[in-house]
Amino acid sequence: MPMSLVFYAIAGLTLAGALAAVLLKNTVHCALALTVAFAGLALLFLELDAQFAGFAQILVYIGAVAVLVVFAILLTRGSETPKDGVYSRNWMAGLVIAAGVFAVLGWAVLGSARSLPHKMAAPTVTVLQIGNALMSRYVLPLEIVALLLTAALIGAVIVAMHEKEGQK
Amino acid sequence: MTPLAGYLLVAALLFSIGLAGALTRRNAILVLIGIELMLNAANLNLIAFWRYGPHPEALTGMMFAIFSIAVAAAEAAVGLGLVIQIHRHAHTTDLDQMNRMKG
Amino acid sequence: MTPHDDLLKLLSHLNGPLPIPPQAWIVRWLWLIPVVPIVTSGIIALLKQPWRRLSSGLAVGSLGFSLLLSLIAFAHVMSDRALLLYFGFNAAAPDVVNFTWIQVGVANVDLGWVLDPLSAVMMVMVALVGLLIFIYSIGYMKHDENYTRFFCFMSLFAGAMLGVAIANSMLLLFMCWELVGLTSYLLIGFWYQKPAAAAAAKKAFLTTRIGDVFFLLGIVWLFAQTGTLLFYNGGAGSLEAGALTALLAQHAGFGLCAAGAIGLLIFCGAAGKSGQLPLHVWLPDAMEGPTPVSALIHAATMVAAGVYLIARVYPLMQAGALAGGTTGALTVVTWVGASTAVFAALIAVAQNDIKRILAYSTISQLGYMMAGLGMGGVAVGMFHLITHAFFKALLFLGAGSVIHGCHEEQDIRRMGGLKADMPLTFATYGIGMLALCGFPLLFSGFWSKDGILEAAMHWSVAKTPLYMLVFGALLTAFYMTRQVGYVFFGFNRGSKDAHESPEVMTVPLVVLAFFAMALGLIGTPAWPWFRGFLDGRAVGFDWHGFIEPGLLALMAISTVVVFVGLGLGWRLYGDQSPKPTEPDVLEAAAPLPWGWLRDRLYVDELYGVTVIVFYGWWARVAEWLDRRVWGGAVSGVAWAFGLWAQLNRFLDNNWVDGGFDKGCDELASGGGLLARVQTGRVQTYLRLLALAVVALALMLIWSSRA
Repeated sequence: MPMSLVFYAIAGLTLAGALAAVLLKNTVHCALALTVAFAGLALLFLELDAQFAGFAQILVYIGAVAVLVVFAILLTRGSETPKDGVYSRNWMAGLVIAAGVFAVLGWAVLGSARSLPHKMAAPTVTVLQIGNALMSRYVLPLEIVALLLTAALIGAVIVAMHEKEGQK
Repeated sequence: MTPLAGYLLVAALLFSIGLAGALTRRNAILVLIGIELMLNAANLNLIAFWRYGPHPEALTGMMFAIFSIAVAAAEAAVGLGLVIQIHRHAHTTDLDQMNRMKG
Repeated sequence: MTPHDDLLKLLSHLNGPLPIPPQAWIVRWLWLIPVVPIVTSGIIALLKQPWRRLSSGLAVGSLGFSLLLSLIAFAHVMSDRALLLYFGFNAAAPDVVNFTWIQVGVANVDLGWVLDPLSAVMMVMVALVGLLIFIYSIGYMKHDENYTRFFCFMSLFAGAMLGVAIANSMLLLFMCWELVGLTSYLLIGFWYQKPAAAAAAKKAFLTTRIGDVFFLLGIVWLFAQTGTLLFYNGGAGSLEAGALTALLAQHAGFGLCAAGAIGLLIFCGAAGKSGQLPLHVWLPDAMEGPTPVSALIHAATMVAAGVYLIARVYPLMQAGALAGGTTGALTVVTWVGASTAVFAALIAVAQNDIKRILAYSTISQLGYMMAGLGMGGVAVGMFHLITHAFFKALLFLGAGSVIHGCHEEQDIRRMGGLKADMPLTFATYGIGMLALCGFPLLFSGFWSKDGILEAAMHWSVAKTPLYMLVFGALLTAFYMTRQVGYVFFGFNRGSKDAHESPEVMTVPLVVLAFFAMALGLIGTPAWPWFRGFLDGRAVGFDWHGFIEPGLLALMAISTVVVFVGLGLGWRLYGDQSPKPTEPDVLEAAAPLPWGWLRDRLYVDELYGVTVIVFYGWWARVAEWLDRRVWGGAVSGVAWAFGLWAQLNRFLDNNWVDGGFDKGCDELASGGGLLARVQTGRVQTYLRLLALAVVALALMLIWSSRA
């Protein structure tokens, strides 16, 4: 079989985590399932010989994004139990559309499966190479992303700040 | 089925799940979670194509994915900050109730 | 061809080439004679009411000026005539000045004036009598507050009448004719506050109008046939040989040729104006006007205009007559004239108003004039017209003097014995009365009336008019004696004392009396100067004129008739002085016939029952038509428009506006529908996004596969 068992296991984990993140009632449980999904994705990256991407995934997503999500969930608790259930009013439409999207994507992938390469040698990517690339070829995107991150963080702080009494 | 196809399928499935979650859940944060899942699926696509595409030594796919992760982080921060602010005003994160922009 | 051309030709034969003598200045300036009084009338109209002396002075002055010019014209005609007669030409040829007023395509509307013996005589008579009456009016109207208006209208009348006299164009004559009728209306209704006067003025105007309609028809027919409105135009005029031959050739039914039929139509107009039998009803009522008006207009001049008209178009009336014979038109004129003479004389016998007796007398004498024209020709009728003008004016002015002296009393039964109180008036009135009766030899009326009787005697058609006219002469003498007996003899039955009139009123009386006697001289059979003047022949004094067959016998008979009438009248009414409440002598004897005569033989009542009723009915029909039919048509059109407007409004409101509104509503609801897409919920937008992505992807795949 073309795919290894490891692949199937990790893929199953990721997908399970994703499903759980979307289906569970308790929001905190969803956030934790998301974390599992992120972890599974990181493992997939490692399986794909993209070690740096995998570790960056763990650091950033699990370490920052998931934490943020949990913080946000905890901060926006209050009248949490919605009367009409956790799904929105027209959830069937959303489901259908998602299914449609998957159908199209799946059809595209399977339709062109013959032309996809079968197996290729694993590339050797060192952190040195990545560092060099970041500083030479991708220096502009780097700086821009830096600016972006700064602006985003400042913005997020301002947006989420408590408003003082009167004008500020 | 080639390995690439398998990864692509997984990514597609992940994307659809994330999309389904964004479209069907009431809570705004869960919509953001769905979006994160979609982004991650895209990242997986990128890495998969880098690994099984021509010229993996150009690092293009990897770089793209790394930058995507960074941007996703920023976006998550801002988005969640917004949700918190909205919660302060509306005392709820129920998206169905937020229709003041109704036409 | 003017007489001057004839003269020129003759003289050129005698003396070689001569310079062309211009047309005499008086002929070229003849238009001044009517125009000056008319312009004066306009000036007086602008004057203020208190400026009495200025207005009467202007009127008298302008008419005096016209008289002067008329006399010069008369002298010119006489001198021209002498010259022409010396050379053996026809001395009655007209001297004309014509000009074109309007050009309508091929036809011309021409105006012009003519100076020939007929117009010269008429001008002088009108101007002279008019001037004397103006001077009289200065005294008569002294106490009237509308003095200025009086002279304005009188001046206008004088100018218009002179215009009728000199007109050479049918149109100009008709215009002046109508103007004369207008001034008659204005002057009869001078005291318009009196309802009787206003009614009389209306009656005069309407009755003459009936005649004028036929007159206009005649004018139009004449113009259509001959193509010209001018009487004399160097051979091309409508009264000259060429036109007359053409008219004779046409037949118009009833055994008449076109000339005769046109002549009869014109006679209808003359009958209206001159008070001939069916249309005479307005003249007695016209006595409501002031006495100078009655004298000038309704005795001497305007009523004579009808006679003058027939005299003027005589060639037309006479066209086709064989030598010694007559035409159908002239026969009709004669019969109508004779009937009028007798009819009016009968009614005059039973009247009690001094002016009404004179009015009926005028109608009777106009009948005489028409009969004279019909039987004897222009000269006979015109001579009686001229003499009648003078003595009738004299009688009316005398009556005015009497009325003035008796303090505005007009009923002869309340007068009497005035011969002692007003001797001058009595003397002149007597002269006028004798002239009217035709007292032999000394008075002009005898000679003029005898001329008519002589013509009647020689009339080829019948002798009945002669008997009628003789009977009329008897009646005339009778009723005039009755009137004079009531007014001047006996004792005063009135309430107040009478006094003689001032000199300004009596001097014209004397002048007129002189003419009433003297004019006879120019018309005697021994020296028929007047006839010769009008006919254009030389006349010498010849006693043998009296030895015409039957003439002396006729003169004897008429003398006897006059004396019988005078005697009868004197016997019954001479010095009697019956009281006002007592019935008249004849009335007591024969009350029923007297009643018929006093009630004017019921002609007015006949009209009231027939014509007026018919007109009333017709007016009602016309009013109904106007209100229902034409008014209905107009209302119908208006209603249709209203309907159309309502339809338009409906369309506009419901279809146009409504359509527009509905469109806007649809747009709004469509917009509303579209706005439902904006649910305000983020997830809806996300779903739509995802759907769009799917669609896009499918499109891309399909296009890449193809």
